[in-house]
Amino acid sequence: MATFIDLLLNALVVGILLGGFYAALSIGLSITFGLLDVVNIAHPTILILGAFVAFILNSQLGLDPILAGLIATPVFYGFGWVIYQLYYNSFEKSGETDSLRGLAFFFGLLFIIEVGLIIQFGVDHRLVEAPYIGDSANIVIGEEIDVAIPYRLLVAFVAALIATFAIQLYLTRTFFGRAVRAVAQDMMALRLMGVDPIKVKRIAFALGMATAGVGGALMIIVLPIEPSVGRLYIGNVFAIVVLGGLGSVKGTLYAAVIIGIAESIVATFFGPSWAPAVSFGILLLVLAVRPEGLFGKTAGAH
Amino acid sequence: MKYLFEIVALLLIVAAFVMTQVISNQFVFFVGFVILQYVVMATAWNVLGGYGGYVNFGSAGFLAVGAYTSVALINFLGVGLIEQMIAGGIIAGLLGLGTGYLTLRLRGVYFAIATLALAIILETVVAHWDYVGGAAGTSILPARKPELLGILFVDRKDGVFTNYKEFLFFLMVAVAVLSVWVARWIENSKLGRGLNAIKDSEDAAECMGVPTLRLKLYATTISGVMMGVAGAPLASYLTFIDPLSAFNLEYAVNAIAMPMIGGTITWIGPVIGAILLGGAQQWASLFISSELNLLIVGVLLVVFVIIAPGGIVGWFKKSR
Repeated sequence: MATFIDLLLNALVVGILLGGFYAALSIGLSITFGLLDVVNIAHPTILILGAFVAFILNSQLGLDPILAGLIATPVFYGFGWVIYQLYYNSFEKSGETDSLRGLAFFFGLLFIIEVGLIIQFGVDHRLVEAPYIGDSANIVIGEEIDVAIPYRLLVAFVAALIATFAIQLYLTRTFFGRAVRAVAQDMMALRLMGVDPIKVKRIAFALGMATAGVGGALMIIVLPIEPSVGRLYIGNVFAIVVLGGLGSVKGTLYAAVIIGIAESIVATFFGPSWAPAVSFGILLLVLAVRPEGLFGKTAGAH
Repeated sequence: MKYLFEIVALLLIVAAFVMTQVISNQFVFFVGFVILQYVVMATAWNVLGGYGGYVNFGSAGFLAVGAYTSVALINFLGVGLIEQMIAGGIIAGLLGLGTGYLTLRLRGVYFAIATLALAIILETVVAHWDYVGGAAGTSILPARKPELLGILFVDRKDGVFTNYKEFLFFLMVAVAVLSVWVARWIENSKLGRGLNAIKDSEDAAECMGVPTLRLKLYATTISGVMMGVAGAPLASYLTFIDPLSAFNLEYAVNAIAMPMIGGTITWIGPVIGAILLGGAQQWASLFISSELNLLIVGVLLVVFVIIAPGGIVGWFKKSR
């Protein structure tokens, strides 16, 4: 019994930490897909790109991976700016948004980035070095319960909370953040107010993409990365964004913790190889039963 | 000529048969099989995606379900290839029917994401099913003397084909021709017109009395059957199969890219796309590197959705 409680407590702690980490990965998609309705299926692969930037800066210059991620953020912002401009010109300009062609566009982009990384770096797993990677803090209760808190997950968790909190403040307290949410609600009204919705969307999309700098760095802190692992995260990030109610930052955080705990418990008691089925299973279930997510009020499926 | 298409189709099958008897270079059949498999996949995808506007991102899942149905049948009953293809078609068709019911709640990108999720869940389940090899995969030995209804198909001396690759190639030609025939029939039938109406506006179609759910179920089932039949011989072709390669996202992106590059409006589009893209990929992976073929797909997909939404066919029609 004690070992069961020990396992369960460990799984819960890791699940919550993992959840925070997932929130950092999903927050960008929550903006692009949730608020702007741009289905960026390449988001996880762009995170991998961020992870490789952190890897290069870490292995070449010895920079801390999170610092490397912050340095990369403006670059990703610019990248997002360019991608949105291309997306807008190709799929939104004509008036009727052709989101399925847009989805195919991002699917193609996913493979271009992935193969580009494979050609440049090969398929080996890469990792970063930092003082907090490898160790863990242990909380011992009684004789048999020993809860381990890996520092690498703790660092990712704290960084994720800060990033999520900052974006939440930005979207709710600043003029521009409110404009982004207004775009999601009523583009026509925004246009009548004399604001250019395309400009707002472009900046918001770039912002969502910019999160891939730090998100990618956190990714490679938590586990070794190779170019094609991005595909596995498609389930995680989409499940979280849909479950969280499209575009809700707080909802995204809660949903991420739910997915994190579910994955961690399944991995502990059934084996880690079942983990991918958890997020994709929850995603399928949420889409089929409650497409508006747990924390959203707007119907999303139609 | 009312039956021109049917005559050409029959001629193609006959020509394929003659090829297997005359050409001794097995390489032709080895490459031909893959391209034909893509012709079927692209055509199947287009029945749902091109005519009906429901984008399937889980094509790899349907293909793999066909392939793994074969593996299970070989292990369990030791049945022959043609029976495997029929069974693979039935199981993948049932899966297609299931995804058809998903369309009740999900449209557009949500349906696309759901099909992707379905494929990954199936992959995880198959990876834990040790009877068909689990995550490590399993080797498949083709039956030594496959026969059906008293006809001996493969034998060095007395068989219709002297080699297994020739047999697989011939079967795939037949399946490809049949699939394209079905797609062409759908296009010109009430089903196709109904699907087109759904693609333009599902609510409007529903209001006009189009039985949208029934048509969508037909489309998802037919599409699933085709993909399952195309996937069933995969295990025999590769002589080894594992979840990672059978469920590879590569199949999914190809099944989307080929019709989009060829043109989704009409049956010839997916065929053109599959032959061009499949041929280019085979060439690239044989002579340059296997990574490059994914890059080709990615770049062409992005370029075509941006500059040529109608694909090659649409481009041709515009200039006329």
